[in-house]
Amino acid sequence: MIGYSAAWLLALPLAGLLLNTFVGRRYSRTLAGTIASGAVGLAFLIAILMAPDIYGSHGEHAGQTLPLWDWITIGELQVPLALLVDPLSLTLTLVVTGVGFLIHVYAMGYMVDDARLARFFIYLNFFILAMLLLVLGDSFVTLFIGWEGVGLASYLLIGFWFDREDELYGSYADCGKKAFVVNRIGDVGLILAMGLIWTTVGTLNFTEALQGLATMSEAPLVLICLLLLLAVAGKSAQFPLYVWLPDAMAGPTPVSALIHAATMVTAGIYLMARTHVLWELAPMASAIAAWIGVGTAFVAATMAMVQTDLKKVLAYSTISQLGYMVLGAGVGAFAFAIFHLVTHAFFKALLFLSAGSVQHATHELDMRKLGGLRLKMPHTARNFLIGSLALAGIPPLAGFFSKDGILLYAFQHNILLYFLGLVTALVTAIYIFRAYYLTFMGEPRDAHVDSHVHESGRLILAPLWILSALTILGGALNLPFVLTLEHALASVVGELEPPVPSLEIALLVVSAMVAIGGARLAWGAYRRHMAWVDSIRATFKPLAKLAQQRWYLDDLYDRQILRGSHTLSQWLSTTVDQQGIDRAVNWGAETALNWSRKLRRLNDGRVPTYVFSMFVGAALLVAYFWIAL
Amino acid sequence: MFDLLTLVTFLPLLGVLALFAVRSEMFRKVGALAVSLMTFVVSLFLLVNWNPMEPGGFAREVQFNWFPEIGLSFHLGVDGISLWLVLLTTFMMPIAVAFSNLYVKDRIGQHLILLLLLETALIGVFLALDLVLFFVFFEFTLIPMYFLIGQWGSENREYAAIKFVMYTLLGSAFMLVAVVSVYALTGTFSIMEITRVLPATAGIGFQTLGFLAFVLAFAVKIPLFPFHTWLPDAHVQAPTAGSIMLASLLLKMGAYGIFRLAIPFFPAAAAELLVYVILLALAGIVYGGLVALQQKDVKSLVAYSSVAHMGFIVLGLFVFNTQGVSGAILQMINHGLSTGALFLMVGFLYERRHTRRFADFGGLWKSIPVYCAFFLIIAMSSAGLPGLNGFVGEFSILMGAYAVNPGYALVASVGVVLAAWYLLTAYRKLAQGEIVHQENRADVLSDLNSQELSMLVPVVVMCFALGLFPNLLLDKIVPAVELWLPGR
Amino acid sequence: MMDTNLYLALSALIFTIGALGVLMRRNALIIFMCVEMMLNSVNLSLVALSHRWGNVDGQIFVFVIMAVAAAEVAIGLAILIANTRHSQSVNVDKIDLLRW
Repeated sequence: MIGYSAAWLLALPLAGLLLNTFVGRRYSRTLAGTIASGAVGLAFLIAILMAPDIYGSHGEHAGQTLPLWDWITIGELQVPLALLVDPLSLTLTLVVTGVGFLIHVYAMGYMVDDARLARFFIYLNFFILAMLLLVLGDSFVTLFIGWEGVGLASYLLIGFWFDREDELYGSYADCGKKAFVVNRIGDVGLILAMGLIWTTVGTLNFTEALQGLATMSEAPLVLICLLLLLAVAGKSAQFPLYVWLPDAMAGPTPVSALIHAATMVTAGIYLMARTHVLWELAPMASAIAAWIGVGTAFVAATMAMVQTDLKKVLAYSTISQLGYMVLGAGVGAFAFAIFHLVTHAFFKALLFLSAGSVQHATHELDMRKLGGLRLKMPHTARNFLIGSLALAGIPPLAGFFSKDGILLYAFQHNILLYFLGLVTALVTAIYIFRAYYLTFMGEPRDAHVDSHVHESGRLILAPLWILSALTILGGALNLPFVLTLEHALASVVGELEPPVPSLEIALLVVSAMVAIGGARLAWGAYRRHMAWVDSIRATFKPLAKLAQQRWYLDDLYDRQILRGSHTLSQWLSTTVDQQGIDRAVNWGAETALNWSRKLRRLNDGRVPTYVFSMFVGAALLVAYFWIAL
Repeated sequence: MFDLLTLVTFLPLLGVLALFAVRSEMFRKVGALAVSLMTFVVSLFLLVNWNPMEPGGFAREVQFNWFPEIGLSFHLGVDGISLWLVLLTTFMMPIAVAFSNLYVKDRIGQHLILLLLLETALIGVFLALDLVLFFVFFEFTLIPMYFLIGQWGSENREYAAIKFVMYTLLGSAFMLVAVVSVYALTGTFSIMEITRVLPATAGIGFQTLGFLAFVLAFAVKIPLFPFHTWLPDAHVQAPTAGSIMLASLLLKMGAYGIFRLAIPFFPAAAAELLVYVILLALAGIVYGGLVALQQKDVKSLVAYSSVAHMGFIVLGLFVFNTQGVSGAILQMINHGLSTGALFLMVGFLYERRHTRRFADFGGLWKSIPVYCAFFLIIAMSSAGLPGLNGFVGEFSILMGAYAVNPGYALVASVGVVLAAWYLLTAYRKLAQGEIVHQENRADVLSDLNSQELSMLVPVVVMCFALGLFPNLLLDKIVPAVELWLPGR
Repeated sequence: MMDTNLYLALSALIFTIGALGVLMRRNALIIFMCVEMMLNSVNLSLVALSHRWGNVDGQIFVFVIMAVAAAEVAIGLAILIANTRHSQSVNVDKIDLLRW
């Protein structure tokens, strides 16, 4: 029964997208949005109806499988298409459909003027379909369908305004291409991991493969985990493959919120949680993941600090928060990684949608031109503030509990990880309040922008308030010492060892203080009142420079790798292909022709010459046989 | 004599005779389309009563004496592999005919006759179980193709046509020598008989030479790096129908020949030399991808992408496990569909704008959205997006290659990245960005019409069908491959 | 025994005359006749040897050769006439249409 409704989860967005492709767009502009939102909303309802059953059952049988059909059967390589509904996938499903539904509704308001509205909703529904397939697939290959599908959706939506070009992003279409290709580099990791898993245990089904691999020695497991980590780095924008995400902000803001903040980019975290057995058995790979996570979190946070575009701040912030999640998974706190994934989906979607509301009203996201918006856009400002508080980790909002859980386990794992995470938390608080103050507080800096500012409409504000409520209350999903979500997920990602209560309380207090301190620091810096803030800024000047240059990583990619491969392909196509191989071929033909030009002189067309050569030939033949016999 | 196999093979030839009989171009157009559709329908009957009971896994065979004194017989047979290649041929042919009907104005009757001749030759290649018969059909494909490129091609057509024919003939010359020496050793031309006898009787020296001769002939046809330079020329110059045939089917003859002849005849040599062939295949995958990135002509980009894709197929054939070989066979069909469709789409564009240079396009998504949507689907199928047909074969080949040597899979998966890169680059240049040329504006450029859609939609439907239900094909491919594998 | 050798010698003689004629003469018609002489010299030796061995195969061959020769004469003369009309000459040195 449950499995049956899981099929509906997929069928609804599929139906929505087909309906919009073939029918909906013909009738009215609002119909497309209604169909798309309705499909996702219904899917959300179905997911909620499934929840009691799935979360209620514990132990071995928490998951239910719905086989769809035998997809690939090649000897030992058997990949049936099947859906797996268990607490983990259902949690993700709820986030995807729930947040997705809100963003669909928001988009109906946000995109209302766009000429290609129907197409936008077709892509969105396609994204939901692929994302659900990703989280519901019961094997690596099924996951991979969704994994690539969301990549395509992301490509299409980043480049939705494929004809636009500006200084911040360059050509929007190129941003989409970059995202897809960089993701593909990560996919190589997933493909090779599948190769290794399949050759080792002969199956790609999650349950069977993980069971089989659990008995293996460490070496292949470390390799599998590192390959998976490459895929995670691609999809979840971790070092060294994070570069596509800031550019992905070229897409319409609902897309940034849905795909590049709340759902798609968390697919990597989901993959890690899904394969947690491997990570637990390969501590080395876990450690690498943790360090990559915390390193990305820190570096991205410093970059967020110096951005001038509101969406770019949020983009780097997303990379940074994803770093936290990878850190959480790396230190074994999978439940908290998922918890942070959920709360992050709430507050980051909220932040993005608020930013979108700003953009909708002002057509401007450059914070240097904004300012003082709280007066004309009070709802948006309040919502952004709530999101900022959650992101900064101010108690008791959702972000506080989830981030703190990750830091707690990082502390137990390695104090350095914890320390770096804590510093990142401080930086996070600073950059998000900097963004808040620059945008909403103070005086308007650009009269032209200010002149037509207005609060957004109900379709935009309603989702914001719902997300705000979720952001405020989301922490309740997994309060310290109660741990509702953790227990629900335990059957899939394993039970965590409860920490010492005193330590936990101490760390909670430290985190809260750090977050508040960061907010205070940002306040001081942007009110320009306090001398000590300036002195701190002076101290960190070199770091600011580094951050402004994005730690020179983009340069490295652009100059070395991208240009290098372009040079290589240029060299191959002209020097090797045209002047080397093809010239050799043509040289062969020329040589044959030259010889034929010379040899044909023998052919003078006169009968006596031919007859003479015939007689000579005959004579030679006779002579030969005379001698031979 | 009046067996289904003979009927499928020679129905297009009968059609040619019928086409000779009528003078009106209108009748010739309708007739050619009718004949090719009829061939498709008849070929579907191959699926009926599928029961591969014969020792080689052949579901149907037909054999009668042709020249018994030297052991020649007219011997056709269909197994789980040739079946799909024949169906691919009969499926793609009506599309090519329909395209020419719509757009070729010059000597259309002769054009269609050549296409139908080509169809008979192609089906013959895929069904032949007699070595000489195979060779005759294999070589016969050159004749119609030569005229199609040389007569209906673009500005540099004669150079391309002659290069195509001479290059292929050079390879075939070696094969002919090998065919004769195989006959001298075994005294038979029956492919199944040779497969049984030759590996046991021939020494390693003979096998090596024979293998090299066959592989050289097929490597040119496939084309395997570095024997590929005729392909971009031929594709760029060929008329659209010719390009479709070339990409979808003619290249497959090479891979099929390796599968049916080169490896089974000379297994010891194949085992000895497979590393080198695989290295060439891998080189082709990376090289084709990198060079495709630089192309300024849409058709030559697709041509180089074919080099990369065919590299995948050869890699799959030579890893010698069920996954690799089945994946390679499946990928032949997939590549036939998606690359054929890509050329079809380029053809649509060319007929509108009479140019194929990327620089002349841009922003088409605004003016002809339906076209661009289809182009993206096909490009994604070619890039191996799961859910579309390209993925399954590619994935299976990668898994098979990984089982043999993870390094192979690693290098090949670089090709996966490159495929996305060059196809999206092509898409970026064609469809995205601003409209810079006035000729590309919506009021000048027309979107796909219903006739064009009727050619394109069947292929796209097949792309989805084979992506979602590849077992439809694999059900028959895998048993045949498993019969083929032992002893490798 | 003696007879056969004589016949063969005669045949060789005629053949040599024919061959030399083909090589040395420039008149196409004469070359043509020389070719006929060569053919018939072979016929002669075939008949002689057939008689010598008491086997009719040789004589059957002769009939075949004569039939072929007759056909050849028909075609050859036709070509010759056509060419003569074209070039107004029967000199084979002037006939080099098939030159490279």
